[in-house]
Amino acid sequence: MAYEILKKEEIAPSVHRMVIDAPDVAKAAKAGQFIILRIDEKGERIPLTIADFEEDKGTVTVIFQEMGKTTKQLAKLSAGEFLEDFVGPLGTPADVRKLGTVILVGGGVGVAPAYPQAKAYSKAGNKVISIIGARNKDLLILEDEMKSASSELYIATDDGSKGHHGFVTDIMKQILDSGEEVARVVIIGPPIMMKVGAGVASPYDVEILVSLNSIMVDGTGMCGGCRVTVDGKTRFTCVDGPEFDARKVDFIELMNRLAMYRGEEAKAVEKYEEECRCGLH
Amino acid sequence: MQELHGEKAAKAKKERTPMPEQPAEERRKNFNEVALGYTKEDALAEASRCLSCKDPKCVEGCPVNVDIPGFIKLVCEEDFSGAIERIKGTNALPAICGRVCPQETQCEALCVLGKKGQPVAIGRLERFCADYERQTGVKVPEVPELTGKKVAVVGSGPAGLTAAADLAKLGHKVTIFESLHKAGGVLSYGIPEFRLPKEIVRQEVEYIKQLGVELRPNYIIGRIKTLDELCDEFDAVFLGTGAGLPSFMGIPGENFNGVYSANEFLTRVNLMKAYDPEYDTKVRVGKHVVVVGGGNVAMDAARSALRLGADEVSIVYRRGEDEMPARREEIEHAKEEGIIFRLLTNPVRILGDEKFNVTAVECIKMELGEPDKSGRRSPVPVEGSEFTIPADVVVVAIGTSPNPIIFKGSEGLDQNRRGTVVADEETGATSKCGVFAGGDVVTGAATVISAMGAGKKAARAIDEFLKEK
Repeated sequence: MAYEILKKEEIAPSVHRMVIDAPDVAKAAKAGQFIILRIDEKGERIPLTIADFEEDKGTVTVIFQEMGKTTKQLAKLSAGEFLEDFVGPLGTPADVRKLGTVILVGGGVGVAPAYPQAKAYSKAGNKVISIIGARNKDLLILEDEMKSASSELYIATDDGSKGHHGFVTDIMKQILDSGEEVARVVIIGPPIMMKVGAGVASPYDVEILVSLNSIMVDGTGMCGGCRVTVDGKTRFTCVDGPEFDARKVDFIELMNRLAMYRGEEAKAVEKYEEECRCGLH
Repeated sequence: MQELHGEKAAKAKKERTPMPEQPAEERRKNFNEVALGYTKEDALAEASRCLSCKDPKCVEGCPVNVDIPGFIKLVCEEDFSGAIERIKGTNALPAICGRVCPQETQCEALCVLGKKGQPVAIGRLERFCADYERQTGVKVPEVPELTGKKVAVVGSGPAGLTAAADLAKLGHKVTIFESLHKAGGVLSYGIPEFRLPKEIVRQEVEYIKQLGVELRPNYIIGRIKTLDELCDEFDAVFLGTGAGLPSFMGIPGENFNGVYSANEFLTRVNLMKAYDPEYDTKVRVGKHVVVVGGGNVAMDAARSALRLGADEVSIVYRRGEDEMPARREEIEHAKEEGIIFRLLTNPVRILGDEKFNVTAVECIKMELGEPDKSGRRSPVPVEGSEFTIPADVVVVAIGTSPNPIIFKGSEGLDQNRRGTVVADEETGATSKCGVFAGGDVVTGAATVISAMGAGKKAARAIDEFLKEK
């Protein structure tokens, strides 16, 4: 099996969008789900959230940031090349229903999975207020897409180069304080942002969901590598999630578990970049 | 005849021909196969011990009823091609069964020679025949005329592969759906290279594809399609999805970094080849590894950890050695390689440091009490006997249950409390019309060969069902 890369573009420095030919996945995909891909026989299986899918075209879009060896290698591939494996849709779909007003908060590449959710919540008849952010304006992604999928769009950058100078959670707090009746807040981004966001929103009478991205191998409940403590119980991100009640997630454990292979990963990146310099890739 | 039988029995050597093996000192450092396989001379010597019983008990002991005396007779005649053909008449995966079947509790347990000496080494002979064929070229099987019936097989482990092979031989068009990128199920992700080389699994899968079976990897039933949708598209469905959901102990500290389910540890090592630096998947090697459990999976995990380079590997098991569910041979191999057995010991807590890494396992001593429902004496904690074992990697190998993902979005399939599918023992028929099931998804974690036996029975029942349909 091989899955063709139909389109690839760098949408922000070191952030890439890839459109993959995967009709089975496209047909079944729903907002909030993810896929696992493997570049080649020697590659590792990595989970990536689905950033978009088009059933009629049979395509699935993923957006990823160059971080480890695999994402760096992935970034080097171009349209017309193939991925060895691309499996999904994985995870329980987001619980999208008509609720009233929904705030979607996306940080960094977390804006990517927020996009299909924005579309789905809008389609279900909700007023969708999206807040997206990044470290600076160059790293901000999917602004146009999020604008078209939302009723309102707010932007925050850490350095103030675009929109609000500060964090996405500042804007979220302002909206929650404004008296607007909000039924649900969905926060997707780096774990620290989700933790902070959950803390800020917690005092309000609003449902808070986060979408987690854990380390996993199979994505079907087989390995248990993605275990996370929610409400004092061990759950598997891949099948019980990836979406959980933010108030109940043990974020400290989550962050610690995500760091499990950090040392090995740094070495793998170093080795890969050295090989690239030598013209091996 | 009676006399001849007696005469032959007297002549038969009491001891079986030993299996050439990699020495323990060497093999504990590599992932190559431990048992090297019989030479032709070994095979002939061992085959000559068989009495060719008129009423062979061994065949009854085999879940797929291989014609054991028949194939051994052909080995004696040096007709190795004939012998493997005879085996393949009932067993589609002989190179695998010859390696991983618990023969000592099945065919060999019933061998007449076993009463006074050692039984015929049936498994080793089966392996010899299968390896002979692999080396000389596997005969492309004849594909029968198609019946026009379509069968979906979910899962490409031993149950699914066997059911698929038998159904294809009966002329049905079979499609196997596999959730991982590679076929084989537990044969690929679970059983280590040193016990079952993956090249062998690949070749056996290839053989099944040559029977006309279509294989769809990366295809998750319950996510891409529901079981109900499969039922609409196919004339019958066989569920051989195994028991893939790992159990954890539910003790404090189990989520510290370095604590793995055996499934994860073995999948990283076997399927993803984390032991090979050429491959990208990582696994924590560990200096002091503690494996919890007493089954084959625990032995596999412990021996894998040793080969990855751990200084010390111990198995922690709450009962005694006699109660260990692992095959005798695996326990012996593990001991020879230097695995430490801490029996009548049960973990109560896992300790970690400020960086969230596991540092030790706190255990309690156990003693055996009254026999429980399974007939095994149940372990009882000895109060005040807590002690800690230093560990930087802990592997939890205390069992698995069926993965519920398959049942998502489907109706009418009865399951029992443990999450296993309720199926007729003889036919594999479930409560859902046209859906059959077999292997670990029905029994809970068991053996490769019992799953194959169930796949075989179900294939026969599905064929009957399709004829009546």
